[in-house]
Amino acid sequence: MTDPVAGSYASALADGEPVLALRGVSKRFGAVQALTDVELEVHAGEVVALVGDNGAGKSTLVKSIAGVHTIDDGQIVWEGRPVSIHRPQDSQHLGIATVYQDLALADNLDVVANLFLGRELTTHGTLDEVAMEKRAQELLDTLSIRIPSVRIPVASLSGGQRQVVAIARSLIGDPKVVILDEPTAALGVEQTAQVLDLVERLRGRDLGVILISHNMVDVAAVADTVAVLRLGRNNGTFPMAGTTQETIIAAITGATDNAVTRRAARATWPRAEGEA
Amino acid sequence: MSTPPTRPSGSPDPSDPLSGFNPLEPPPGLDPTPSAAVAPPVDPRLLVRQEGLRGYVDEFKRKVRGGELGSLPVVIGLIIIWLIFSLQNSQYFSAANAEFIVYYMVGLGMLATGLVFVLLLGEIDLSVGSVSGLAAAIYAVLSVEHHWNAWLAVIVTLLAGMAIGGAQGWIFAKIGVPAFVVTLAGFLAWQGVMLWLLGSTGTINLEPKALNALFSGNSYFLGGDVAGAYILAGIAVVGFGASGFLEQRRRRTAGVPARPTGELVARTVVLAIGAFLVAWILNRASGVPNNAVIFLALLVICDFVLRRTTYGRKVFAVGGNIEASRRAGISVPMVRISVYAISGTFAALGGLAIAATTNAAGQAGADPNNLMMAIAAAVIGGTSLFGGRGRVWSALLGILVIESINAGLFMLGLTLDIQYMITGGVLLAAVVVDSLSRRTQKSSGRA
Ligand SMILES: Nc1ncnc2c1ncn2[C@@H]1O[C@H](COP(=O)(O)OP(=O)(O)OP(=O)(O)O)[C@@H](O)[C@H]1O
Ligand SMILES: [Mg+2]
Repeated sequence: MTDPVAGSYASALADGEPVLALRGVSKRFGAVQALTDVELEVHAGEVVALVGDNGAGKSTLVKSIAGVHTIDDGQIVWEGRPVSIHRPQDSQHLGIATVYQDLALADNLDVVANLFLGRELTTHGTLDEVAMEKRAQELLDTLSIRIPSVRIPVASLSGGQRQVVAIARSLIGDPKVVILDEPTAALGVEQTAQVLDLVERLRGRDLGVILISHNMVDVAAVADTVAVLRLGRNNGTFPMAGTTQETIIAAITGATDNAVTRRAARATWPRAEGEA
Repeated sequence: MSTPPTRPSGSPDPSDPLSGFNPLEPPPGLDPTPSAAVAPPVDPRLLVRQEGLRGYVDEFKRKVRGGELGSLPVVIGLIIIWLIFSLQNSQYFSAANAEFIVYYMVGLGMLATGLVFVLLLGEIDLSVGSVSGLAAAIYAVLSVEHHWNAWLAVIVTLLAGMAIGGAQGWIFAKIGVPAFVVTLAGFLAWQGVMLWLLGSTGTINLEPKALNALFSGNSYFLGGDVAGAYILAGIAVVGFGASGFLEQRRRRTAGVPARPTGELVARTVVLAIGAFLVAWILNRASGVPNNAVIFLALLVICDFVLRRTTYGRKVFAVGGNIEASRRAGISVPMVRISVYAISGTFAALGGLAIAATTNAAGQAGADPNNLMMAIAAAVIGGTSLFGGRGRVWSALLGILVIESINAGLFMLGLTLDIQYMITGGVLLAAVVVDSLSRRTQKSSGRA
């Protein structure tokens, strides 16, 4: 398969500066040290898959970037300058859009209201329901999800439909980095493919994407880089090309020596042309 | 002759944040995905509403079965109440009694309106009764004992109500004390402040000035002129009909589903019949009381705020899912504090209205019964105790039920003990209906 955006993607990588970088981030919950000295970099036009076992700290990391949790230690660097993210608004204003694993939709509001929550379109100070509804319909059509009506409460949607609403929600506004926490977990075959297509389109638009998934096939299909978390610590970062699934799985489960896998990763850098 | 300016179609609206970049549109280099071009087929399982009256009736039946009862139980309840009392006492079904009900419902109705905002958050405000009594006392002390300008005293009183509500909301939102406890403390404390303000006499007679004059029992819209009631009914019908058809046109031009014309006409006709009937009845007595006009105007404003502004959307969102609201960038504490401030303001306004009915601020102003009636009214009218569902109109419907019962019991000469038992029973019934309808809604995926 040839990737039509490989050129722009390569140039984005070449200029080196990550849009978003985490430096030595730590987060404690009472007695649980959920994250310890975590490093992560996302460049424009790069899809970083964040993988790790259950409870490895992936969602905690995402929520720290999104401003749901504040970090105890370390630095979040946005476009080269350190920023402090204390509230979800801070993260949104920077241009980070997040789809949470626990979807966070208001059940009593309809699909349109949920999509635009916190970013409603207005005319003369009042809600522009017509524009929002039209726009919502277009967005959902692009994701080829069947939702009976955009005017029904989210409570009456299936798990997968809710997930697509949550994904569509992150695309409203003008994000520079999109974080997807297990976006395909509840989706059917068709919708999973649509979401993976979407991830590729986001990369084509030079957005940075952090994709969390337990599905190695999905990861292999779209990721450029794989970052492994294990017990709240980094356990290797691999370019997708030239890295075998076994290597990644070994890092996730902690079955091999870390130094060796990191060496292997360095040996295959820079990444070869074309996808694995 | 000038032609109306037309917007060039297809040009992006610069104020629209979405008109520029669209992450979903394939970039120029990429093939457009076929799925983006073809609209997905309509889900065949979706029960689509038929056009016309038939479809309206079907949809209505489906909603009732799904637990979306709306105003139906209240309207039926009201009719039953009116029937029962009319059978007991022929005087009940008279214009004078209707006038009585409309006039006396306003004070408590205002308390209930503020409570609707609080209930939409899924919280409660137990202090509204005491705040209303305190507000009347503040107004009386300022305007009568200190001879302040009456309007200035009104404004200071309303600001005091707002500050009290805001302070309680602040303690709830920022310190994290459960709202139930904060407002229970307020329930006691503000009553204490009221008694202290009223002093040894316990009652201060008011002068018919400013808002107090407008709220008093012989103040009618346009001086009680027959035209007054019909003008009000006409404004309501024209406003309702026009906004319905304007919205329909806007939606049709934008190509999104709109209400069918038949339904709009039917709704407007129903409203017209109701409004002009009420106007006619009130005209057979003395006309529309000014306090009711103010109450209705406030309801229209609140309804607009809740359904058409971003602020209202935030209130519903926080009532539905606090964490989702927070993650959407809504400042949950600000919403909470402001809602309690609104509740406090309405409590103060209600207090002034209640005081005007007796032309005095007295110790009975903070009657705990007022609090229970106001909560009952909001819930009976259809605002859920569980948050996120309800309308301000439920304050009007609910208080109509309560006042209809009170007027009937009063007419039958029933004593306070029976009144309390019956009101308690009605409140319980309303809460049970609310809980049951929530359960049905859950099972049919609507809650
Ligand atoms: N709000 C919280 N309070 C206390 N502990 C928490 C909280 N959130 C997460 N944790 C703990 O932090 C650790 C990491 O959890 P996290 O949800 O980040 O895992 P994850 O990698 O996303 O797992 P999964 O793949 O199952 O989604 C777990 O041990 C969890 O118990
Ligand atoms: Mg997780």
